[in-house]
Amino acid sequence: MSEQTEHLSGGDMLIRALQDAGVEYIFGYPGGAALHIYDAIFRQQRVEHILVRHEQAATHMADGYARATGKPGVVLVTSGPGATNAVTGIATAYMDSIPMVVISGQVANEFIGTDAFQETDMVGVSRPVVKHSYLVKEASEIPRIVAEAFYIASTGRPGPVVIDVPKDTTDPAQLFPYEFPDSVTLRSYAPTTRGHGGQIRKAAQALLEARRPVIYTGGGLVQGNAGSTLTSIADMLGYPVTSTLMGLGAYPGSKPHFLGMLGMHGTYEANMAMHHADLIFAVGARFDDRVTNDPAQFSPDAKIVHIDIDPASISKIVRADIPIVGPVDSVLPELKRIVNAEMARDPSRPDRVALAEWWERIDRWRAEHGLDHDQRHRNGAAGSLLPQQVVQAVYRATGGDAFVSSDVGQHQMFAAQYYHFDQPRRWINSGGLGTMGFGLPAAMGVQFAHPDAVVACITGEGSFMMNMQELSTCMQYALPIKIINLNNKALGMVKQWQDMQYGGRHSHSTYRDALPDFVHLAESFGHVGYRVQDLDELDAVMADVFGDKHKGDLVFVDAHIDPDEHVYPMAIKGGAMKDMILDRAV
Amino acid sequence: MRRLIAVLIENEAGALSRVVGLFAQRNYNIESLSVAPTEDPTLSRLTLCTSGDDSKIEQITKHLNRLIEVVRVVDLTDGEHVEREMMLLKVRAEGVMRAEVKRTCDIFRGQIVDVAENLYTVLLTGTSGKLDNFIRALPKTAIVEVVRSGVSGIGRNEKILGL
Ligand SMILES: Cc1ncc(C[n+]2csc(CCOP(=O)(O)OP(=O)(O)O)c2C)c(N)n1
Ligand SMILES: [Mg+2]
Repeated sequence: MSEQTEHLSGGDMLIRALQDAGVEYIFGYPGGAALHIYDAIFRQQRVEHILVRHEQAATHMADGYARATGKPGVVLVTSGPGATNAVTGIATAYMDSIPMVVISGQVANEFIGTDAFQETDMVGVSRPVVKHSYLVKEASEIPRIVAEAFYIASTGRPGPVVIDVPKDTTDPAQLFPYEFPDSVTLRSYAPTTRGHGGQIRKAAQALLEARRPVIYTGGGLVQGNAGSTLTSIADMLGYPVTSTLMGLGAYPGSKPHFLGMLGMHGTYEANMAMHHADLIFAVGARFDDRVTNDPAQFSPDAKIVHIDIDPASISKIVRADIPIVGPVDSVLPELKRIVNAEMARDPSRPDRVALAEWWERIDRWRAEHGLDHDQRHRNGAAGSLLPQQVVQAVYRATGGDAFVSSDVGQHQMFAAQYYHFDQPRRWINSGGLGTMGFGLPAAMGVQFAHPDAVVACITGEGSFMMNMQELSTCMQYALPIKIINLNNKALGMVKQWQDMQYGGRHSHSTYRDALPDFVHLAESFGHVGYRVQDLDELDAVMADVFGDKHKGDLVFVDAHIDPDEHVYPMAIKGGAMKDMILDRAV
Repeated sequence: MRRLIAVLIENEAGALSRVVGLFAQRNYNIESLSVAPTEDPTLSRLTLCTSGDDSKIEQITKHLNRLIEVVRVVDLTDGEHVEREMMLLKVRAEGVMRAEVKRTCDIFRGQIVDVAENLYTVLLTGTSGKLDNFIRALPKTAIVEVVRSGVSGIGRNEKILGL
């Protein structure tokens, strides 16, 4: 230990370690057990703390920040209710493999287990929804634990890590030598860094031999930063690409070879192509039940290549013929080299005639039942706006170049179907857990990460009301987010299921008009509000909202839409991917 | 199918609860679980007895491996292995039963480790099947209390589970 070694308290070490881990923002909310840590924050400038209005929102902000940047988001909460409020956001990040470090205050070690005031077993409560967790026993462990937490959160298959910090370990009166580890090695944790060479060669052969291929991409491609490599492989071969909800943008959504999203509300052509394929080339996707429909009827003729960083994802739902465990940013470049070399060596592969026939079939499916990408000719009930029209107007007004967060429900599916993402990390949404209330705070995290970017939140009135207190945080930090509220005066997705499966009995899916005036609500927080209900004014309003006029403003657009619109296509439960309901008449 | 899985895990507070939590959370069953520190006090070794088809067992081992504190996982039933379980029984031993229990105990090569006026405490080690048979060999009414350690297993020959 050198003479210059600094001696710091546990609280100061914690904050210093966050600085040394490269943290820009902490999203947090104070309370008794965290007060030593808050005092340490007060006495420094390098890390900025953002004061939220609810701990759940803090986790979604950190999550949005992480999704937009790829860097772990950081959360600080107090013990007891602060910690339990954070659990939904931790679970949300866990399900989508988002890197996050959550620091929770805890009662002092000597009180643990005594049912002390605001004591919760946070390590226990969060165990099923974290990648790993720590309970600090001694202050001197803090720098090492912080370094390990960041390493674990952001390597391999990323995920949230909880550090539970008993108050005594942050005592300002006790000083310890501070040293931040240069590197972390754990004998029990060594994420795979390369895929198996032989398997990659097999996968390349399978690609070249395919006659009816589909490339199926997922969130892992976004997280693994390999979208551009995948895109060049797909384009070189001329193969169709479809994406899960989580993977949108990794392969550019506006390219003609993109089939759109697949799965429960995926496009007709994507789902038909998946069902009839002879090769499914899955990259960073996990054959989720919202994708496969009945796994037993999944793509009956397809050989399956599955590339994933997590061995536990492979052959979990659908057995892979060629499994490859490894990070996509090393597997795909290697694959690309092999495919390139093979195509140069033997230009007869892939079979261009078979591929042309395959595209003919796909184009026919697309022509028959594909999504309608300009719905200005349609009319909602009683001349009302349609949600698709609103999403399309946002797409036009932002030139397809915004960060778009969403919540959960019909509006989320309309956003995914009609906003075409050309870049990864632009579409920010809770896919795995499906957490209503995610949209606004996630958008805030994105805006902190990219202060000059256009950030839109396409939400529904139900979801928005789950975290609308954050309008106050937006006011405090002057966040110019554009909130597009697809207001159907209902828990629309629930209502749609009730229409389709419960004889139209709308059990507790409407509010009986008990909704606020959202324009006034926004204005009461110092923001700008618009109400829009006519197609004629839609483009003009969006031009205002996303134009220079409101560059620095948070704008809330309350779009009154047809309350009876359904999301289609919709998978027929228990069927194969080809089995879809295409419109209300069927 | 019955499977015996050996796990080497960091000997840290909370590590075991992650293993048990995983089984509960993912609906895998645990028939028995034995655990203790190894010759290296920083490591603990678990032997888990579970059951399921091949794909289930594959998922179980993959998910065990995913736990940060798990160092190594091996399915012992994949190869040759030795497994033993220990059992302590308190058996009523009165009148004619006193000799009968002693005889059964000898046949199974059990040991009487404690004697009271009307009770024997018997120690028996062996495969789980042998322990089951011993219990079946005694009259039901004679058995007062049973404690079993759960199975411990180790691979044969050069198959070594270490760091
Ligand atoms: C926290 C949470 N609670 C309940 C649900 C179940 N749920 C899924 S969609 C939905 C309705 C969402 O309503 P809204 O935000 O208005 O969106 P809409 O479907 O009307 O577009 C509900 C209740 C959920 N996903 N998350
Ligand atoms: Mg709604």
